[in-house]
Amino acid sequence: MLSCKEVGELLSQGIDRKLKLREKVSLKLHLVICKTCSCYEKQLQFVAHSAHRLMRSNKDGQGIPPLSDEAGIRITRNIKQQLNEEQQQKKPE
Amino acid sequence: MSIECPPGAISDPATWVEQHGDALFRYALMKMRDTSQAEDMVQETFLAALKARNKFAGQSSEKTWLIGILKHKIIDHFRKHKREQSSDDIETLSEQLDQQFDQRGHWDVSLTRWQNPDQAHENEAFWKTFSACITHLPEHLADLFILREIKGMTTEEICKLLDISTTNNMWVMLSRARMRLRNCLDSRWFNHDNKELS
Repeated sequence: MLSCKEVGELLSQGIDRKLKLREKVSLKLHLVICKTCSCYEKQLQFVAHSAHRLMRSNKDGQGIPPLSDEAGIRITRNIKQQLNEEQQQKKPE
Repeated sequence: MSIECPPGAISDPATWVEQHGDALFRYALMKMRDTSQAEDMVQETFLAALKARNKFAGQSSEKTWLIGILKHKIIDHFRKHKREQSSDDIETLSEQLDQQFDQRGHWDVSLTRWQNPDQAHENEAFWKTFSACITHLPEHLADLFILREIKGMTTEEICKLLDISTTNNMWVMLSRARMRLRNCLDSRWFNHDNKELS
């Protein structure tokens, strides 16, 4: 029988990797009888799901936005400018 | 315009913003919490990478290489501005979390069910709180947690970048990060009245 601490660890790993059948079965057995771990499972899933949404929101969505078009254009311009300067230096008159 | 292609086979720098801009910006914004500072940092990273691109060995992907440069730039920035990033030591961290369980590994605290968690996603204040919770993680956990959600970053690349020796260690760290974030949301959002993280 797994302890709650081990279950907590496995629940998290279940988000990162495919659990082995043996692990899945022992998890299920524990979760049926342990309300606290079932509650923890839902909250852990919520944390993982929220992280996913946070980092992949689009321009109108909530969370961490992507790089704005203005900034993107500005930065690309500066990159190209530095590239040009590099080219100039390679071909001295 | 012809661009030299070094042995590491780097892509055309003129396309970097399009390819990597979002990933770098999101990482920088999570760490710095300020849009214009994050944009500046992304630009600095690209310009530094441009100068150093002949040294790119191709041992990691271009994205990982760029994020590595960005990571160091952000550390330098905080060092210069003397702003301490949270730096709990990993031992005290695991001690703290162990306190949630008794010696036999049973819960020593009671968990309360969260009311309507999905509604939180529609609330802008929730995302602020959640971001703040991530930023308040010990730095290596925050880095790991953020990078894991960035498209195009493989487990191997993340481990290399953050100096994590085995995938198993990474799973354990992620588990700690999630537990801390659960605790943070629990106290700062779901069981909190004015829903603001100071």
